[in-house]
Amino acid sequence: MRVGIEVNGKQTDEEIEDRTLLVHYLRDVLGLTATNVGCDTTSCGACTVLLDGEAVKSCTVLAAQADGHAVTTLEGLADPDGSELHPMQRAFREQHGLQCGFCTPGMIMASVSLLRDNPKPSRDEVRHGLEGNLCRCTGYHNIVNAVMDASGQEVQA
Amino acid sequence: MSVVGTRVVRMEDHKLITSGGDYVDDLREPLLTGAAHVMFVRSPLAHAKIAAIDPAAARELPGVLGVFIAEDLPEASRGDSPTSEPWLAGDTVRYVGEPVALVVTEQRYQLADAAELIDIDYDPLPAVIGYETALTSETQLFEGTEHNIAGVNGEPGAQTGAFDDCEVVVTETIENQRVAPAPLEVRGASCAWGPDGRLTMWLSTQNAQMARGALAMRLGVDEELIRVIAPDVGGGFGAKIGADPEATVLAWAAREVGRPVRWIETRSENLTSMTHGRGQRQTVTIGGSKDGRVSAYRLEVVQDTGAYPRMAASMLPSLTGLMATGVYKIPAVEYASRSVFTNTTPIAAYRGAGRPEATAAVERAMDLFALRIGMDPADVRRINFIKPSEFPYTTPSGATYDTGEYAEALDRVLAAADYPALRAEQARRRAEGDVVALGIGVSSYVEITGGDSSGESGKVVMHADGSVTAYTGSSPHGQGLASTLAMMLADQFGVPMEKITVRHGDTDEIPKAVGTFGSRSLQLGGSAIKQAADKVIEQAREIAADLLEANPDDLELDVTSGQWQVRGAPSAAGATWSQVVERAEDTELAADLWFSEGNPTFPFGAQVAVVDVDTETGKVVLRRIIALDDAGPIMNPLTFAGQRHGGLAQGSAQAMLEVMDYDEDGNPTTATLADYSFITATELPDFELLDMATPTDRNPLGVKGIGEAATIGSTPAVHSAVVDALTHLGVRHLDMPTTPIRVWNAINAAKEVH
Repeated sequence: MRVGIEVNGKQTDEEIEDRTLLVHYLRDVLGLTATNVGCDTTSCGACTVLLDGEAVKSCTVLAAQADGHAVTTLEGLADPDGSELHPMQRAFREQHGLQCGFCTPGMIMASVSLLRDNPKPSRDEVRHGLEGNLCRCTGYHNIVNAVMDASGQEVQA
Repeated sequence: MSVVGTRVVRMEDHKLITSGGDYVDDLREPLLTGAAHVMFVRSPLAHAKIAAIDPAAARELPGVLGVFIAEDLPEASRGDSPTSEPWLAGDTVRYVGEPVALVVTEQRYQLADAAELIDIDYDPLPAVIGYETALTSETQLFEGTEHNIAGVNGEPGAQTGAFDDCEVVVTETIENQRVAPAPLEVRGASCAWGPDGRLTMWLSTQNAQMARGALAMRLGVDEELIRVIAPDVGGGFGAKIGADPEATVLAWAAREVGRPVRWIETRSENLTSMTHGRGQRQTVTIGGSKDGRVSAYRLEVVQDTGAYPRMAASMLPSLTGLMATGVYKIPAVEYASRSVFTNTTPIAAYRGAGRPEATAAVERAMDLFALRIGMDPADVRRINFIKPSEFPYTTPSGATYDTGEYAEALDRVLAAADYPALRAEQARRRAEGDVVALGIGVSSYVEITGGDSSGESGKVVMHADGSVTAYTGSSPHGQGLASTLAMMLADQFGVPMEKITVRHGDTDEIPKAVGTFGSRSLQLGGSAIKQAADKVIEQAREIAADLLEANPDDLELDVTSGQWQVRGAPSAAGATWSQVVERAEDTELAADLWFSEGNPTFPFGAQVAVVDVDTETGKVVLRRIIALDDAGPIMNPLTFAGQRHGGLAQGSAQAMLEVMDYDEDGNPTTATLADYSFITATELPDFELLDMATPTDRNPLGVKGIGEAATIGSTPAVHSAVVDALTHLGVRHLDMPTTPIRVWNAINAAKEVH
């Protein structure tokens, strides 16, 4: 089948196998490999992208379902020329909200979506908002700090 | 001003937050052009004979380039001992998840289609599951053996007189349960044989050089003909040490189909086929006087090895024995272990690897002893600590601890937690009959880092443009080691961090190295880099002396400006690094060495955990965790804290949530992330960290390892807190993980007794 999906502001138009998952469309068809696959049960959130601005786990969305819609991945978050980081990217680096980096693309996209729904969350709200995104390295403490920082709120040591 | 010791954001991060890391499944290297895809077909049964296996239908499927089973593989694939782990199972499968066949296809999605068409007929055998079954079953995992014992330390079951004179003796059997390392990136590799006959493999590993050695040995190929590259690695936690058998099969298959190949496992495969950690049944006996002095301790371990001997047959229980007495001066100590084969995934290293098990056992024993004699658990610990004046201290099990301030560490976390106030709050809730009980857990720990003592490589190159490249044998995968080493070099050379590049994990660039495990990287790899940089500076001194027409001894490197100057003449023109290198005989100044004098170090700390336990539902909420983890001088407070945060999370996860479980037939019941209780952000509090930095004299940096310390301290702290919440109800012990059902059962069992 043929799908037309806007990805990071650019229209893509590709012939794909019907069963192609959105995450594989991004990674294998378009070569956008920031979005990772960490599980096969929609549990880990490493594959989180924005679909029309809403966080979705792209391992559980068929590319066909995204036909005619707009997808944003980590690669599309900063300014197109790469000079200006998105506040969430800057905050993750500043607060050491990442270690191995594997969960990071999904974690950042989920965090962007979280602040869109709740611009000034409490720490507890951040924790609950990111429950569907797993990280094995950071213990989440600095991820929570990063989201608080990106929302312009105080950060804990 | 020194960069080391200040908060520096990592130079690794820009790529990771903009385009993402280059993990093994992301690679689009030219050598991998046209790569085929590989999937392993794995046993669905814990123990069975393979009666028949027919790959014919799978081989016929369009897109299939190869289907291989054990009989297709070379003789070496079967191993040379009765308990050898084969590359692919031949006549017998011994755990769910054991590889039985592999399929190679043109397209990724064809893999599952092809795998489904392999017809395998299994004749089930009784499964050996659990410690007791392994010790007593008439079923053996390996033909020609008479039991399921994989290894023995000491004299299991021996009775000595160590406890005869004790006023109080307490004994308990504790399970330190099997858990899954579960790095977010699963295992994977890609490889290609070049026209020159060389194999290049990109492997998600902690040790590229060790992986190359394993591949060379198994494939019967000269090491020179293999290049292993660890690209960005999405976490390892000990379970990506070296190369697993799958990597060998992959290299063999690539040659067989004449194509580059790529393999990435699924999470379900990862949870059943990547090695697990822990898995010990521990019987602790502790004896002493009613005034709190412990005089004898015995730890007897049954170590679950899983189906094949990886690290649990000997190494892991040996480390448990080495660290058995922890931070305590106990005159009489006995340790024995038996490792047993079971029809489960093999057990190997997981963040701590044998040491967390030792700490969990002795800390639980201390609590049980304190409870029996009616003394505060913190007080019992204080009475029995090794004192600062007693270092270096050699334990009865033969470890020589370097430095430690155990009492101060404990006092500081207790003060930060406001321990008396917590105890008062606990008493108040108990008096009022509050259904939500407060539990306070205290742990004191010491562990061993860099314990392998095999050293590490380090090479430092100063280029003509004044930039620096360092090549470290330590291969990080999230720790931020590159930034830490760059900070060190910035200080040593007086060069900004932006001009420093740190390379790792490529056997062509770094032929000899050990890699990352056992929290060894900074103390060994870091020391190697420091010494190599010192050598470059000494070479430069001679050249600069020539340039500045001065005596080498009169020269100094001004690390603020990065210039060589004549001492006492700061206004005179100095020599820049570029000028020095341009004057050198070569196009660069370089030093390449092996740091070998590094002896093990012994980080230590103390932690307090505070939990709420709902006595009506059994639900545990971790309210606070206050941790002091002392690993000597802190290079970068940001990444130092990061290592501790991750350790606290994984350690707490073992105490409260995580267990890799099997049913009695050996079916894993937690084989997906929907079933395995991987800890999430909602189950953890903000961490409260206290710093202390007691240096060691065992390496030039004075540092100890921090990678595993917080894990080791937090499991017993959190576990202890849950038990502590329930002591007024008559509960004296319950095993981890302290899930609601276990807590609820423990409360009800205690009610029946009282």
